Amino acid sequence: MTSPSQTAAAQSDTPGLEPEGLKKEKNRKGGELVGRSPGQLMWTRFKRDRTGMVCAIVVLAFFVISALAPVIASIYGKDPYTLYGSNDPSLFDDFGFPSGPNGGISGDFWFGIEPQLGRDLFTQLLYGMRTSLGISVVVTVLVVITGTILGVTAGYVGGRADYWLGRVIDFLLAFPSQLTFVAFMPVVVAIFVPPSDETPTYIRVVALILVQWALGWMGLARLLRGQVLSLREREFVEAAKITGASPWRIIRKELLPNVVTPILVQSTYMLPLFVTAEAGLSYLGVGIMEPTPDWGRLFRTAGDIYENDPTFLLFPGAAMVIFVLCFNLLGDSVRDAFDPKSGR
Amino acid sequence: MLPFLFRRTFGAIVTLILLSAVTFFVFFAVGDPALMSCGKNCTADNVALIHQNLGLDKPLPTQYWDFLSGIFVGRDYTIGHCSAPCFGYSFATKQDVWSTMMDRLPTTASLAIGGAIVFLVIGLGAGLLAAWKRGTVLDKVVTGVSMVLSSVQIYILGPIVLGIFVYSGVMASPKYVDFTSNPGGWFMGLLLPWLVMSTIFTAQYTRMSRSTMIEQLQEEHVRTAKAKGMPARYVFLRYAWRGSLIPIVTILGMDLGSLFGGAMITEFTFSLAGIGRLAINSVTTLDLPMVLGVLIFSAALILVFNIIVDATYAFIDPRVRLS
Repeated sequence: MTSPSQTAAAQSDTPGLEPEGLKKEKNRKGGELVGRSPGQLMWTRFKRDRTGMVCAIVVLAFFVISALAPVIASIYGKDPYTLYGSNDPSLFDDFGFPSGPNGGISGDFWFGIEPQLGRDLFTQLLYGMRTSLGISVVVTVLVVITGTILGVTAGYVGGRADYWLGRVIDFLLAFPSQLTFVAFMPVVVAIFVPPSDETPTYIRVVALILVQWALGWMGLARLLRGQVLSLREREFVEAAKITGASPWRIIRKELLPNVVTPILVQSTYMLPLFVTAEAGLSYLGVGIMEPTPDWGRLFRTAGDIYENDPTFLLFPGAAMVIFVLCFNLLGDSVRDAFDPKSGR
Repeated sequence: MLPFLFRRTFGAIVTLILLSAVTFFVFFAVGDPALMSCGKNCTADNVALIHQNLGLDKPLPTQYWDFLSGIFVGRDYTIGHCSAPCFGYSFATKQDVWSTMMDRLPTTASLAIGGAIVFLVIGLGAGLLAAWKRGTVLDKVVTGVSMVLSSVQIYILGPIVLGIFVYSGVMASPKYVDFTSNPGGWFMGLLLPWLVMSTIFTAQYTRMSRSTMIEQLQEEHVRTAKAKGMPARYVFLRYAWRGSLIPIVTILGMDLGSLFGGAMITEFTFSLAGIGRLAINSVTTLDLPMVLGVLIFSAALILVFNIIVDATYAFIDPRVRLS
């Protein structure tokens, strides 16, 4: 992990306190000294990292494809809900499994069809990724906002606020996270709808976001609190205080820019964790329910039918491994770009 | 040591009471648990009966007090006496929550212990090897493989492994067999779940032990030891290794705590009747007393392992004083 002083030295953008000349990189362009912002330096380093660039493109592609799921599906001409098997019985053999080879992969059904129900796997995966990624992005954003506000404030204000935040974090960390997600899902759903009624999908989505948010922010808050604790003793913060800046201004203008690095690095590590956690919940049958397509539920189906139709796991599985792998590699690259000293 | 243990245990009990209170109030205040427990075809008579049997007609704080004191001294229901530690009766199976959990515990504990041995031996071994041979092909292979394996989820790997070994007829389906009566069957029955469950852990421990070892090898006391002519192997294993144990033990404590509380996805994938599976089944049937019991039990395990980890620090690092 980066020590706060390194972080600060690597990317403090408080003008006047860090003469550009002290920086390691030679910022020469045509014999003339050109100052570069820490963001630009990071970007130059990142562009040189081939793995990082490839992974960034792959990850971006996942998001674009997921966001465009309805468009792609309409060009492709199918949707994830229609039971193509019942419209065209020739797609299935006598046991309800795809009659074609490889799980019924054909020009019509690119990734094959789902046994028994006969839904199209390609569109299911597209829409499923959209559900999973959408939820995870919202959770990540909420967690980062909460963690940053609480962590930075507690670190800067100190005293009683800091003490109590520490206790709350300790307390929440005692909850076994995955089990708590599973246990609280039906209860959170029950807040919105009585158990005798059918639960609309958006309520399940909201519940998934709420439970993951509630137990997701502590790590980041604790990390940032630690960083701010040492940052607030530094001269530029003292200088800001003497000039009469309000605490809010100091947090916003002096402290926040100095903790952008850990926030960015942590959030790139966090997002794939939320994606796999959300998929895990749906896999266990407490997340998104039928008929809404979900990435995790595809694995549940795949596990049930693997003995007879192993191809069904191939595309959702490969997609998830590639996504998580690339996101983890991207996280490492982002960290290295911000802090070249950390080296692998 | 003793004052430390006493203080930490006290803290853990306070945390547990708070945690159970929060969970209890959320669970039992949100909706009518009787309605939740008797599902969609419920008559008013049924609801009244459940209310009476479980004492749900009393005010919530009284209910919580009854629940809490039941854990320590036992409790009397109209259906019979429930001896301490009493976590109540399941809505779904009408069984005693505590004894159901204890029935499931051997499966989960076997899974956790075996899995931990696998990922500690392979993960730490590979990590140390990679750090020792840093920069070589071996290091690159180990790093690359662990990077890929850390991205393979249990629910993806599980069916594939089952397909290769079980559906093809090479091995029997994974199942839990009592260790004391049949150690061989116990081992073979849990081998696949251990390997699949520990894949991600193995990869993470490889990466972690490699990077902390490399960090430790750059420490000043390690440099001094090298400079005064100590054998490289001795420096590596005695100096650097000891220093990198602290972060590893920290993570290990957290992982063990959550594994003993039920490895839900593994147990679900391999149809093993452990605590994790119990939790999932209870959640899907809205069996709140069971869910509450499992949650408190798992949280208690996490806290116990936290205390063990903190006590271990003192043995590893002589600078740590337990005060």
